[in-house]
Amino acid sequence: MTKEANPAGAPDHGAGADGSGTPVGRRVVLGMLAAGAAGVAAAPFLQRAWDDTLGAAAQQDPTGLSGLLPGGGGFRYYSVTGPVPDRDERTYRLTVDGLVRHRAAYRLADLRALPQTRVVRDVQCVTGWRVPHTPFEGVRLSALLDAAGVRPEAKAVRFTCFDGAYSESLTLEQARRDDVLVALRMQDAPLAHAHGGPVRLYVAPMYFYKSAKWLSGITVTDHVLPGYWENLGYDVDAWVGRSNGRDDAPTT
Amino acid sequence: MPRPPEPPAGRPRVPRFTPAEHRVHRATAVLMAVCVLTAACLYLPFLAELVGRRALMVAVHEWSGILLPVPLLLGLASRALRTDLRHLNRFGPHDRRWLRAALRRRGDRPAGKFNAGQKLYAAWIAGAVLVMAATGLLMWFTHLAPLVWRTGATFVHDWLALTVIVVIAGHVWKAYADPESRRGMRTGSVDAGWAAREHPLWEHEDKAR
Repeated sequence: MTKEANPAGAPDHGAGADGSGTPVGRRVVLGMLAAGAAGVAAAPFLQRAWDDTLGAAAQQDPTGLSGLLPGGGGFRYYSVTGPVPDRDERTYRLTVDGLVRHRAAYRLADLRALPQTRVVRDVQCVTGWRVPHTPFEGVRLSALLDAAGVRPEAKAVRFTCFDGAYSESLTLEQARRDDVLVALRMQDAPLAHAHGGPVRLYVAPMYFYKSAKWLSGITVTDHVLPGYWENLGYDVDAWVGRSNGRDDAPTT
Repeated sequence: MPRPPEPPAGRPRVPRFTPAEHRVHRATAVLMAVCVLTAACLYLPFLAELVGRRALMVAVHEWSGILLPVPLLLGLASRALRTDLRHLNRFGPHDRRWLRAALRRRGDRPAGKFNAGQKLYAAWIAGAVLVMAATGLLMWFTHLAPLVWRTGATFVHDWLALTVIVVIAGHVWKAYADPESRRGMRTGSVDAGWAAREHPLWEHEDKAR
């Protein structure tokens, strides 16, 4: 039964024409699978080509819309809780307690009055993005630990945050490194709330989840207490390029 | 999407989809919406700042994504759905004409129960969901594969996600533009005149005899 609506001498549209013919649908599905596999294999080359051309152009994009494209440069905002409250000059406190001789509570002004150190390294996130040559500035963590007087039985430091959920930790040896800061400034500007301001931890040699945002508590402990993401399977010793099954170029 | 008004009573209607097919479509649409919304909360900075709760968003995204093919697989128990899958899979000479006409924005678009555009959409989105699931699993279970695979999987997952969103937007826009096609999915039957106009080669029950 050839349809009148289909003139122009169409070839056989006899009974069953609909539902027979070439299995193009199956080929499209298989083609998608093949293209996906090829994309995974070719990704390093495609990514490099993108970074060198349009990705580089996107860095100059004043609208910032290109930042939404995959692989767009810059930082990404990750928070493990709902909206995080703001803390300012008046409301911010950083407490130091645990196995110390002198507990302390620093206001922002107190932290600013201490000697400041500037460290410029790449930032490497464990999810893959990297931001090159990022200046962080603040007080060396070791200075705060020395001021508090760490007791001999202490082995580690735990960090808590005013988002109410995040936590991190370092061994005492890691915490005393020169490139571990209680950071007040990033990219030569006061640390913005979205970047963990007014104060965040900055652990230059490790994946960025160690650099806890919205830092509000430093507690000296007798053993390492795994932090938020570490309880969800991330490595506790998060050296860039030597942990979490990744081989990124080290940041220090 | 606003419901189209009820069809005028008395005009002949032809059955298009069974309740089982309607449920498969509805479940798939809900899972896809959850998957896309949680993806946005993980990916778009302003939504990430507004919503936060990253671990929860990740878990909901992973599970809604991996469950996406399940409604269709369960639906394979329905004979009507299997028949429709065969119709979607097979391309006849009229489908080539439909595609040529659509590309040149001309009329004369012969179509069976599904037109060639609908067939291509169905096959493409099925393949895309499988690729998204596979690359998503590589990112989810990070110990399964070497790092270079994971980086590649992230790359494909990100770019294909953008494409999927554009294509789904097209699917929704097409449905929005044609209330009768939506009524077909919702109520299971369509106006006989619409069927003859949009799907002239469709040999549905009333005409096949």
